[in-house]
Amino acid sequence: MNIALSNIAWLEPFVKVAKGENVAQNVQLITKTIGIPLVGILVFLMLWSAAANSIDTSLGKFPGPAQVLEQSKNLLAEHFAERERAEAFYERQEERNAQRVKDDPTYVPKIRDYTGKNTYIDQIGTSLVTVLSGFLLASILAIPLGIVIGLSANLHAAFNPVIQIFKPVSPLAWLPLVTMVVSALYVTDDPVVPKSFITSVVTVMLCCLWPTVINTAFGVATIPKDLVNVSQVLRLNWITHVRKIAIPASIPMVFTGLRLSLSIAWMVLIAAEMLAQNPGLGKFVWDEFQNGSSDSLGRIMVAIITIGLIGFFLDRVMLRIQRSVSWDKSATLR
Amino acid sequence: MNPLLELTQVGIEFPTPKGPFCALQNVNLKIAKGEFISLIGHSGCGKSTVLNIVAGLYQATTGGVVLAGKEVNEPGPERAVVFQNHSLLPWLTAYQNVELAVQQVFKGKKSKAEMKAWIEHNLNLVHMGHAMHKRPDEISGGMKQRVGIARALSMEPSVLLLDEPFGALDALTRAHLQDSLMEIQKDLNSTVIMITHDVDEAVLLSDRIVMMTNGPSATVGEILNIELERPRNRIQLADDPTYNKYRQQVLSFLYEKQRKVDDSMPVEKAKEPEKEQAAEKVA
Repeated sequence: MNIALSNIAWLEPFVKVAKGENVAQNVQLITKTIGIPLVGILVFLMLWSAAANSIDTSLGKFPGPAQVLEQSKNLLAEHFAERERAEAFYERQEERNAQRVKDDPTYVPKIRDYTGKNTYIDQIGTSLVTVLSGFLLASILAIPLGIVIGLSANLHAAFNPVIQIFKPVSPLAWLPLVTMVVSALYVTDDPVVPKSFITSVVTVMLCCLWPTVINTAFGVATIPKDLVNVSQVLRLNWITHVRKIAIPASIPMVFTGLRLSLSIAWMVLIAAEMLAQNPGLGKFVWDEFQNGSSDSLGRIMVAIITIGLIGFFLDRVMLRIQRSVSWDKSATLR
Repeated sequence: MNPLLELTQVGIEFPTPKGPFCALQNVNLKIAKGEFISLIGHSGCGKSTVLNIVAGLYQATTGGVVLAGKEVNEPGPERAVVFQNHSLLPWLTAYQNVELAVQQVFKGKKSKAEMKAWIEHNLNLVHMGHAMHKRPDEISGGMKQRVGIARALSMEPSVLLLDEPFGALDALTRAHLQDSLMEIQKDLNSTVIMITHDVDEAVLLSDRIVMMTNGPSATVGEILNIELERPRNRIQLADDPTYNKYRQQVLSFLYEKQRKVDDSMPVEKAKEPEKEQAAEKVA
């Protein structure tokens, strides 16, 4: 319902103009909601283009909008070319296997995976999977921890210094330790997921735990006294109190925390991937930097814009979820 | 006759940085089953504290409360409270709010169907049957308070505690709810303790009005028996000399004997007469 509503909301003025209702007023509305942001973007592109032209680096000029557009096309083209190659590989393999089974019915065909390089789109996928794993893991730990801390002033006093100390720690500081611990503990001959993935996930988790813990605890601790009294008069036991009162009452604050956590997770991930060599966007940026071709800077700029867009998109998704679970429909969530 | 609820030498002290603050002392009160008691007094005189002690939300420092032969020392549904600001859970509908209470009190005693019927019965009792599936933010202040009363009644409390239940409502809505409450109390013969600021409300609804002296160390000043025939009708009573005599007695207690002289709380002082005037207009 939400999606339908918001779609209609921005389409509405166009529909009205088309129908001839309140034309002047609706044109004004369109200018305000779509025209002005568009002008802002255009001005930015112009300034960027002008600035890029006047910065020279050892790898050529700083990439402007034109180069970025070109490199995005290249990256997409490479992706599809790679996909075609993969398909061709599987086709050939199937043919070969069919042939061998025909020649020798006892032969059990082996399927080998295509081991071509990761394309840009694959890397985006890896990054998303990694960030969501780290974020989910963090949420699973942080929300219950926040609730428990929020319910008890003593626990809050006990945990607060620890939280405050770990909250501002940069992912780069955690990474060496995490890498060593993962290497020591994650020892298998046949790893389901690569070590670099685990390292990145754990680093992301460690960095994005705190906003959710702090906000959940705050939300639970500031449940209106009246509602706590109701719970006491009803003699709700601890579990029921948490389920029926503490969690619903703190949902808005929990989501404030989750959204902060997710945006931190996404920022941390890029740094973690650079250092852990997890094949995602962070590694892409690092590899392009090491590569040092004349296209590299343009490609890095594509990655930066992609990172920004995905970060924005992730936040919108969280906002959608927040709106759909929030009981306070009168609150403006943005 | 054995009182249902007995407060004996109840006193309470709150710790403050300047040493303990004695809010209440020597509060003695016996309440029979089916009685409607109002507690009236100036702001800050400890009316709410008395109610919270009976509710079990505060622990008395001295003395104690006995309900039906058992000492009160924790909150419980047999002493259901209707709070001033309805305190409905905003994420639940009216029905679900009452359901939470009913499930808690009648777990294992009523079947699902019986519970549903009981919840609906209580909501109908307060004339909220038509809006039982609305959430608190979709209904008016008066309706929220009705749901709050339905929730309290659904617990089948031995004593119903009302903490300024109509204080936040406009005069007309308040009059409606007072009539509803009188009706319900007559039908169910509930024992009620109500805190109020409103002299008319107290005289109209109560069997006895307990007038509290000003704090600190507040206590019961006078108790006024209201011997008016029930059912009471606010329009007829407006010209009734007995009614007006009771009213005058409460007013004289509040504004002559216990006149607020505390200058440190000018805001409170200014608010009080205003409320009285508003209340007088209703009657």
